[in-house]
Amino acid sequence: MNSLIINYIDNHKEHILNLWVEKMKEKADERVLRVVSNQVFVGTSREFVEMVTSNLNDENEEYSERLRDFAEKVVKLGWPISFVTEGIQVFSNIVFDGIKEEKLVTEEDEMKLFYGIYKRTNPMTNEIVNVYSTTWERTVSLQKIALQELSAPLIPVFDGISVMPLIGAIDTERAKQIMENLLNGVVKHRSEVVLIDITGVPVVDTMVAHHIIQAADAVRLVGSQCMLVGIRPEIAQTIVSLGINLNQVTTKNTLKKGMEAALEIMNKKMIQVGEISEDSNIKTI
Amino acid sequence: MDIQSCVNIQTEWDIVAARQLGRNVAKELGFGVVDQARITTAISELARNIFIYAHKGRVCIEKMNDKGHAGLRIIAVDSGPGINDIRLAMEDGYSTSGGLGAGLPGVKRLMDEFQIVSSQGKGTEITAVKWIR
Repeated sequence: MNSLIINYIDNHKEHILNLWVEKMKEKADERVLRVVSNQVFVGTSREFVEMVTSNLNDENEEYSERLRDFAEKVVKLGWPISFVTEGIQVFSNIVFDGIKEEKLVTEEDEMKLFYGIYKRTNPMTNEIVNVYSTTWERTVSLQKIALQELSAPLIPVFDGISVMPLIGAIDTERAKQIMENLLNGVVKHRSEVVLIDITGVPVVDTMVAHHIIQAADAVRLVGSQCMLVGIRPEIAQTIVSLGINLNQVTTKNTLKKGMEAALEIMNKKMIQVGEISEDSNIKTI
Repeated sequence: MDIQSCVNIQTEWDIVAARQLGRNVAKELGFGVVDQARITTAISELARNIFIYAHKGRVCIEKMNDKGHAGLRIIAVDSGPGINDIRLAMEDGYSTSGGLGAGLPGVKRLMDEFQIVSSQGKGTEITAVKWIR
Protein backbone atom coordinates (compact mmCIF):
# COMPACT_ATOMS: atom_id res chain seq x y z
CA MET A 1 0.00 0.00 0.00
CA ASN A 2 2.82 2.38 0.91
CA SER A 3 4.69 1.93 -2.32
CA LEU A 4 1.42 2.41 -4.20
CA ILE A 5 0.87 5.77 -2.56
CA ILE A 6 4.45 6.85 -3.12
CA ASN A 7 4.39 5.82 -6.74
CA TYR A 8 1.12 7.56 -7.38
CA ILE A 9 2.29 10.82 -5.88
CA ASP A 10 5.63 10.63 -7.68
CA ASN A 11 3.99 10.03 -11.04
CA HIS A 12 1.30 12.64 -10.65
CA LYS A 13 3.32 15.34 -8.92
CA GLU A 14 2.42 18.15 -11.34
CA HIS A 15 -1.22 17.18 -11.55
CA ILE A 16 -1.62 17.03 -7.77
CA LEU A 17 0.21 20.31 -7.40
CA ASN A 18 -2.00 22.17 -9.84
CA LEU A 19 -5.17 20.76 -8.40
CA TRP A 20 -4.00 21.49 -4.90
CA VAL A 21 -2.98 25.09 -5.57
CA GLU A 22 -6.32 25.65 -7.29
CA LYS A 23 -8.31 24.20 -4.42
CA MET A 24 -6.36 26.07 -1.79
CA LYS A 25 -6.84 29.32 -3.63
CA GLU A 26 -10.56 28.77 -3.35
CA LYS A 27 -10.23 28.10 0.33
CA ALA A 28 -7.89 30.99 1.05
CA ASP A 29 -9.96 33.72 2.60
CA GLU A 30 -9.22 37.39 2.61
CA ARG A 31 -7.02 37.11 5.61
CA VAL A 32 -4.55 34.88 3.81
CA LEU A 33 -4.60 36.72 0.51
CA ARG A 34 -4.19 40.06 2.18
CA VAL A 35 -0.91 39.15 3.79
CA VAL A 36 0.44 37.08 0.92
CA SER A 37 0.90 38.08 -2.70
CA ASN A 38 -0.20 35.70 -5.43
CA GLN A 39 3.36 34.85 -6.35
CA VAL A 40 4.34 34.01 -2.81
CA PHE A 41 1.14 32.04 -2.45
CA VAL A 42 1.80 29.79 -5.44
CA GLY A 43 5.50 29.52 -4.63
CA THR A 44 4.89 28.50 -1.05
CA SER A 45 2.18 26.08 -2.08
CA ARG A 46 4.66 24.50 -4.50
CA GLU A 47 7.25 24.17 -1.80
CA PHE A 48 4.59 22.69 0.43
CA VAL A 49 3.73 19.98 -2.08
CA GLU A 50 7.41 19.22 -2.66
CA MET A 51 7.70 18.83 1.07
CA VAL A 52 4.77 16.46 1.32
CA THR A 53 6.13 14.28 -1.45
CA SER A 54 9.62 14.28 -0.03
CA ASN A 55 8.13 13.22 3.28
CA LEU A 56 6.83 10.14 1.57
CA ASN A 57 10.28 9.32 0.26
CA ASP A 58 12.44 9.76 3.28
CA GLU A 59 11.85 10.00 6.98
CA ASN A 60 15.17 11.10 8.33
CA GLU A 61 16.41 13.93 10.46
CA GLU A 62 17.21 16.11 7.51
CA TYR A 63 13.58 16.00 6.57
CA SER A 64 12.27 17.02 9.96
CA GLU A 65 14.71 19.92 9.90
CA ARG A 66 13.41 20.99 6.52
CA LEU A 67 9.87 20.70 7.76
CA ARG A 68 10.68 22.89 10.75
CA ASP A 69 12.27 25.49 8.48
CA PHE A 70 9.22 25.47 6.27
CA ALA A 71 6.84 25.74 9.19
CA GLU A 72 8.83 28.69 10.55
CA LYS A 73 8.63 30.34 7.17
CA VAL A 74 4.87 29.92 7.06
CA VAL A 75 4.57 31.34 10.55
CA LYS A 76 6.58 34.36 9.43
CA LEU A 77 4.26 34.80 6.44
CA GLY A 78 1.42 35.10 8.91
CA TRP A 79 -0.74 32.37 7.43
CA PRO A 80 -3.48 31.19 9.74
CA ILE A 81 -2.75 27.77 11.17
CA SER A 82 -6.20 26.54 10.16
CA PHE A 83 -5.33 27.27 6.54
CA VAL A 84 -2.13 25.24 6.71
CA THR A 85 -3.66 22.24 8.46
CA GLU A 86 -6.58 22.34 6.08
CA GLY A 87 -4.06 22.35 3.26
CA ILE A 88 -2.70 19.03 4.40
CA GLN A 89 -6.21 17.60 4.58
CA VAL A 90 -7.00 18.82 1.07
CA PHE A 91 -3.77 17.26 -0.15
CA SER A 92 -4.72 13.92 1.40
CA ASN A 93 -8.14 14.10 -0.20
CA ILE A 94 -6.67 14.80 -3.63
CA VAL A 95 -4.35 11.81 -3.40
CA PHE A 96 -7.10 9.59 -2.04
CA ASP A 97 -9.59 10.58 -4.74
CA GLY A 98 -6.93 10.29 -7.45
CA ILE A 99 -5.96 6.76 -6.54
CA LYS A 100 -9.61 5.79 -6.25
CA GLU A 101 -10.42 7.26 -9.65
CA GLU A 102 -7.68 5.34 -11.35
CA LYS A 103 -8.99 2.21 -9.66
CA LEU A 104 -5.55 1.32 -8.29
CA VAL A 105 -7.16 -0.20 -5.23
CA THR A 106 -10.14 -2.45 -4.70
CA GLU A 107 -13.08 -1.13 -2.77
CA GLU A 108 -12.19 -3.29 0.22
CA ASP A 109 -8.76 -1.73 0.34
CA GLU A 110 -10.02 1.81 0.40
CA MET A 111 -9.90 1.96 4.17
CA LYS A 112 -6.32 0.75 4.09
CA LEU A 113 -5.46 3.38 1.51
CA PHE A 114 -7.06 6.08 3.61
CA TYR A 115 -5.15 4.95 6.65
CA GLY A 116 -1.90 4.79 4.66
CA ILE A 117 -2.19 8.41 3.56
CA TYR A 118 -3.39 9.53 6.95
CA LYS A 119 -0.45 7.86 8.66
CA ARG A 120 1.98 9.72 6.47
CA THR A 121 0.48 13.19 6.51
CA ASN A 122 -0.33 13.21 10.20
CA PRO A 123 3.23 13.75 11.43
CA MET A 124 3.39 16.80 9.15
CA THR A 125 0.33 18.33 10.76
CA ASN A 126 1.74 17.63 14.18
CA GLU A 127 5.07 19.21 13.37
CA ILE A 128 3.52 22.33 11.90
CA VAL A 129 1.09 22.79 14.79
CA ASN A 130 4.03 22.25 17.09
CA VAL A 131 6.14 24.96 15.46
CA TYR A 132 3.21 27.34 15.41
CA SER A 133 2.43 26.89 19.09
CA THR A 134 6.08 27.11 20.13
CA THR A 135 6.46 30.35 18.20
CA TRP A 136 3.35 31.76 19.79
CA GLU A 137 4.30 30.67 23.27
CA ARG A 138 7.70 32.26 22.84
CA THR A 139 6.17 35.51 21.59
CA VAL A 140 3.65 35.63 24.39
CA SER A 141 6.20 34.97 27.11
CA LEU A 142 8.60 37.54 25.64
CA GLN A 143 5.86 40.12 25.49
CA LYS A 144 4.85 39.35 29.03
CA ILE A 145 8.39 40.02 30.18
CA ALA A 146 8.58 43.18 28.09
CA LEU A 147 5.30 44.34 29.53
CA GLN A 148 6.42 43.70 33.07
CA GLU A 149 9.55 45.72 32.48
CA LEU A 150 7.59 48.83 31.63
CA SER A 151 4.90 48.10 34.13
CA ALA A 152 5.10 50.65 36.92
CA PRO A 153 8.44 52.12 37.89
CA LEU A 154 8.68 54.57 40.76
CA ILE A 155 11.33 57.16 39.98
CA PRO A 156 12.77 59.36 42.72
CA VAL A 157 13.36 62.80 41.17
CA PHE A 158 14.16 65.01 44.17
CA ASP A 159 14.63 64.37 47.85
CA GLY A 160 11.19 63.39 49.02
CA ILE A 161 9.54 63.55 45.61
CA SER A 162 8.95 60.54 43.37
CA VAL A 163 7.11 60.07 40.09
CA MET A 164 5.28 57.03 38.76
CA PRO A 165 4.51 57.38 35.08
CA LEU A 166 1.80 55.00 33.90
CA ILE A 167 1.51 54.11 30.24
CA GLY A 168 -1.04 51.81 28.61
CA ALA A 169 -4.04 49.89 29.82
CA ILE A 170 -4.24 48.97 33.48
CA ASP A 171 -5.50 45.49 34.30
CA THR A 172 -5.84 43.76 37.65
CA GLU A 173 -2.34 42.33 37.49
CA ARG A 174 -0.80 45.71 36.77
CA ALA A 175 -2.91 47.47 39.37
CA LYS A 176 -1.47 45.09 41.95
CA GLN A 177 2.06 45.87 40.80
CA ILE A 178 1.38 49.60 40.86
CA MET A 179 0.26 49.35 44.45
CA GLU A 180 3.26 47.25 45.47
CA ASN A 181 5.86 49.37 43.70
CA LEU A 182 4.25 52.51 45.01
CA LEU A 183 4.33 51.47 48.65
CA ASN A 184 7.74 49.83 48.53
CA GLY A 185 9.20 52.79 46.64
CA VAL A 186 7.70 55.38 48.96
CA VAL A 187 9.24 53.67 51.96
CA LYS A 188 12.55 52.98 50.26
CA HIS A 189 13.09 56.45 48.82
CA ARG A 190 11.51 58.18 51.83
CA SER A 191 9.20 60.05 49.48
CA GLU A 192 6.84 62.56 51.00
CA VAL A 193 5.04 63.30 47.76
CA VAL A 194 4.34 60.81 44.99
CA LEU A 195 3.11 61.95 41.61
CA ILE A 196 1.15 59.40 39.59
CA ASP A 197 1.17 60.46 35.97
CA ILE A 198 -1.68 59.04 33.87
CA THR A 199 -0.98 60.94 30.66
CA GLY A 200 -0.35 57.61 28.91
CA VAL A 201 -3.40 55.76 30.24
CA PRO A 202 -5.92 55.63 27.38
CA VAL A 203 -9.06 54.92 29.39
CA VAL A 204 -9.89 55.73 32.99
CA ASP A 205 -12.95 53.67 33.90
CA THR A 206 -14.31 52.92 37.34
CA MET A 207 -11.88 50.08 37.91
CA VAL A 208 -8.81 52.17 37.10
CA ALA A 209 -10.18 55.02 39.22
CA HIS A 210 -10.87 52.60 42.04
CA HIS A 211 -7.30 51.34 41.97
CA ILE A 212 -5.94 54.89 41.94
CA ILE A 213 -8.10 55.83 44.92
CA GLN A 214 -6.96 52.73 46.79
CA ALA A 215 -3.33 53.44 45.97
CA ALA A 216 -3.69 57.01 47.18
CA ASP A 217 -5.29 55.80 50.40
CA ALA A 218 -2.49 53.30 50.98
CA VAL A 219 0.16 55.96 50.32
CA ARG A 220 -1.52 58.19 52.87
CA LEU A 221 -1.40 55.33 55.39
CA VAL A 222 2.38 55.10 55.10
CA GLY A 223 2.59 58.81 55.77
CA SER A 224 3.03 60.31 52.33
CA GLN A 225 0.93 62.26 49.90
CA CYS A 226 -0.30 61.16 46.52
CA MET A 227 -0.93 63.46 43.61
CA LEU A 228 -2.65 62.48 40.38
CA VAL A 229 -1.28 64.31 37.37
CA GLY A 230 -1.71 64.17 33.61
CA ILE A 231 -5.48 64.23 33.53
CA ARG A 232 -6.48 65.09 29.99
CA PRO A 233 -9.64 67.17 29.46
CA GLU A 234 -11.60 64.26 27.93
CA ILE A 235 -10.61 62.02 30.83
CA ALA A 236 -11.74 64.68 33.29
CA GLN A 237 -15.14 64.77 31.57
CA THR A 238 -15.61 61.00 31.62
CA ILE A 239 -14.61 60.83 35.28
CA VAL A 240 -17.25 63.46 36.07
CA SER A 241 -19.88 61.63 34.00
CA LEU A 242 -19.08 58.36 35.74
CA GLY A 243 -19.65 60.14 39.02
CA ILE A 244 -16.31 59.13 40.47
CA ASN A 245 -15.29 61.09 43.52
CA LEU A 246 -11.60 61.94 43.42
CA ASN A 247 -11.83 64.58 46.14
CA GLN A 248 -9.49 62.60 48.35
CA VAL A 249 -6.71 62.85 45.79
CA THR A 250 -4.94 66.03 44.79
CA THR A 251 -5.06 66.35 41.02
CA LYS A 252 -3.19 68.48 38.48
CA ASN A 253 -3.49 68.48 34.73
CA THR A 254 0.21 68.19 33.92
CA LEU A 255 3.27 66.65 35.49
CA LYS A 256 4.88 70.10 35.44
CA LYS A 257 2.12 71.65 37.52
CA GLY A 258 2.22 68.66 39.87
CA MET A 259 5.96 69.01 40.29
CA GLU A 260 5.63 72.69 41.17
CA ALA A 261 2.97 71.86 43.74
CA ALA A 262 5.11 69.06 45.15
CA LEU A 263 8.11 71.37 45.51
CA GLU A 264 5.90 73.83 47.30
CA ILE A 265 4.79 71.16 49.75
CA MET A 266 8.44 70.32 50.38
CA ASN A 267 9.22 74.01 50.88
CA LYS A 268 11.53 73.96 47.92
CA LYS A 269 11.82 76.17 44.92
CA MET A 270 13.55 75.93 41.61
CA ILE A 271 15.59 78.98 40.80
CA GLN A 272 17.70 79.94 37.86
CA VAL A 273 21.32 80.49 38.71
CA GLY A 274 22.78 83.18 36.50
CA GLU A 275 22.04 84.10 32.94
CA ILE A 276 21.89 81.54 30.18
CA SER A 277 24.58 82.59 27.77
CA GLU A 278 24.33 82.09 24.04
CA ASP A 279 26.92 79.34 23.83
CA SER A 280 26.13 77.52 27.04
CA ASN A 281 25.32 73.86 27.05
CA ILE A 282 22.05 74.36 28.87
CA LYS A 283 20.52 75.95 25.86
CA THR A 284 21.47 73.19 23.49
CA ILE A 285 19.93 70.62 25.80
CA MET B 1 -27.62 50.11 7.06
CA ASP B 2 -26.18 48.94 10.33
CA ILE B 3 -22.77 47.36 10.31
CA GLN B 4 -21.86 45.26 13.29
CA SER B 5 -18.59 43.88 14.58
CA CYS B 6 -18.12 41.94 17.77
CA VAL B 7 -15.47 41.01 20.30
CA ASN B 8 -15.81 37.97 22.53
CA ILE B 9 -15.01 38.69 26.14
CA GLN B 10 -13.20 35.87 27.88
CA THR B 11 -10.05 37.36 29.36
CA GLU B 12 -9.17 40.71 30.79
CA TRP B 13 -7.31 41.61 27.62
CA ASP B 14 -10.45 41.19 25.56
CA ILE B 15 -11.72 44.29 27.33
CA VAL B 16 -8.86 46.21 25.75
CA ALA B 17 -9.68 44.67 22.36
CA ALA B 18 -13.35 45.64 22.69
CA ARG B 19 -12.59 49.21 23.52
CA GLN B 20 -10.00 49.47 20.76
CA LEU B 21 -12.68 48.35 18.32
CA GLY B 22 -15.07 50.92 19.75
CA ARG B 23 -12.51 53.67 19.52
CA ASN B 24 -11.74 52.83 15.89
CA VAL B 25 -15.40 52.82 14.90
CA ALA B 26 -16.04 56.06 16.81
CA LYS B 27 -13.08 57.67 15.07
CA GLU B 28 -14.34 56.48 11.70
CA LEU B 29 -17.77 57.93 12.33
CA GLY B 30 -16.25 61.27 13.19
CA PHE B 31 -16.87 61.48 16.93
CA GLY B 32 -14.85 64.12 18.76
CA VAL B 33 -12.09 63.28 21.21
CA VAL B 34 -14.31 63.69 24.25
CA ASP B 35 -17.08 61.50 22.84
CA GLN B 36 -14.47 58.93 21.81
CA ALA B 37 -13.31 58.83 25.42
CA ARG B 38 -16.93 58.52 26.60
CA ILE B 39 -17.63 55.64 24.23
CA THR B 40 -14.44 53.75 25.05
CA THR B 41 -15.03 54.20 28.76
CA ALA B 42 -18.61 52.94 28.42
CA ILE B 43 -17.39 49.89 26.50
CA SER B 44 -14.74 49.32 29.12
CA GLU B 45 -17.34 49.33 31.90
CA LEU B 46 -19.73 47.00 30.09
CA ALA B 47 -17.01 44.60 29.01
CA ARG B 48 -15.58 44.54 32.50
CA ASN B 49 -18.99 43.77 33.95
CA ILE B 50 -19.21 40.80 31.61
CA PHE B 51 -15.74 39.66 32.65
CA ILE B 52 -16.37 40.06 36.38
CA TYR B 53 -19.94 38.76 36.69
CA ALA B 54 -20.66 36.53 33.70
CA HIS B 55 -17.04 35.49 32.93
CA LYS B 56 -17.79 35.38 29.24
CA GLY B 57 -19.95 37.17 26.76
CA ARG B 58 -19.81 39.44 23.76
CA VAL B 59 -19.55 43.13 23.04
CA CYS B 60 -20.77 44.31 19.66
CA ILE B 61 -20.29 47.71 18.09
CA GLU B 62 -22.78 48.88 15.50
CA LYS B 63 -22.70 51.86 13.18
CA MET B 64 -26.10 53.51 13.00
CA ASN B 65 -27.70 55.89 10.61
CA ASP B 66 -31.02 57.49 11.39
CA LYS B 67 -32.13 59.87 8.64
CA GLY B 68 -28.61 61.04 7.97
CA HIS B 69 -27.82 61.22 11.64
CA ALA B 70 -24.89 58.96 12.49
CA GLY B 71 -24.49 57.13 15.73
CA LEU B 72 -22.81 54.23 17.46
CA ARG B 73 -24.50 51.44 19.35
CA ILE B 74 -22.84 49.23 21.94
CA ILE B 75 -24.48 45.89 22.64
CA ALA B 76 -23.13 43.87 25.55
CA VAL B 77 -24.57 40.37 25.82
CA ASP B 78 -23.85 37.61 28.26
CA SER B 79 -25.57 34.51 29.56
CA GLY B 80 -24.37 34.94 33.11
CA PRO B 81 -26.28 35.04 36.37
CA GLY B 82 -28.31 38.13 35.44
CA ILE B 83 -28.97 41.19 37.57
CA ASN B 84 -31.02 40.63 40.69
CA ASP B 85 -32.42 44.12 41.09
CA ILE B 86 -31.88 46.42 38.15
CA ARG B 87 -33.02 49.50 40.03
CA LEU B 88 -30.44 48.82 42.72
CA ALA B 89 -27.74 48.14 40.12
CA MET B 90 -28.47 51.49 38.51
CA GLU B 91 -27.96 53.29 41.80
CA ASP B 92 -24.71 55.16 42.29
CA GLY B 93 -22.39 53.47 44.72
CA TYR B 94 -24.04 50.06 44.66
CA SER B 95 -21.70 47.18 43.89
CA THR B 96 -21.69 43.49 44.67
CA SER B 97 -18.01 43.10 43.81
CA GLY B 98 -16.47 45.71 46.07
CA GLY B 99 -16.03 48.19 43.23
CA LEU B 100 -17.02 51.83 43.16
CA GLY B 101 -20.51 51.05 41.92
CA ALA B 102 -20.33 53.74 39.30
CA GLY B 103 -20.21 51.47 36.25
CA LEU B 104 -23.82 51.06 35.07
CA PRO B 105 -25.17 54.46 36.15
CA GLY B 106 -21.97 55.95 34.71
CA VAL B 107 -22.51 54.30 31.34
CA LYS B 108 -26.05 55.67 31.30
CA ARG B 109 -24.69 59.17 31.82
CA LEU B 110 -21.89 58.71 29.30
CA MET B 111 -24.22 57.63 26.51
CA ASP B 112 -27.38 59.13 25.00
CA GLU B 113 -29.62 56.07 25.13
CA PHE B 114 -29.44 53.19 27.54
CA GLN B 115 -31.41 50.00 27.81
CA ILE B 116 -30.96 47.01 30.04
CA VAL B 117 -32.70 43.66 29.84
CA SER B 118 -31.83 41.00 32.35
CA SER B 119 -33.41 37.85 33.63
CA GLN B 120 -32.01 35.92 36.53
CA GLY B 121 -30.05 32.84 35.61
CA LYS B 122 -30.39 33.58 31.91
CA GLY B 123 -28.22 36.58 31.27
CA THR B 124 -28.07 40.25 30.59
CA GLU B 125 -28.24 42.39 27.47
CA ILE B 126 -27.30 46.03 27.65
CA THR B 127 -27.69 48.39 24.71
CA ALA B 128 -26.32 51.91 24.70
CA VAL B 129 -26.30 54.47 21.91
CA LYS B 130 -24.33 57.63 21.29
CA TRP B 131 -25.31 60.06 18.54
CA ILE B 132 -22.99 62.48 16.83
CA ARG B 133 -23.95 65.96 17.83
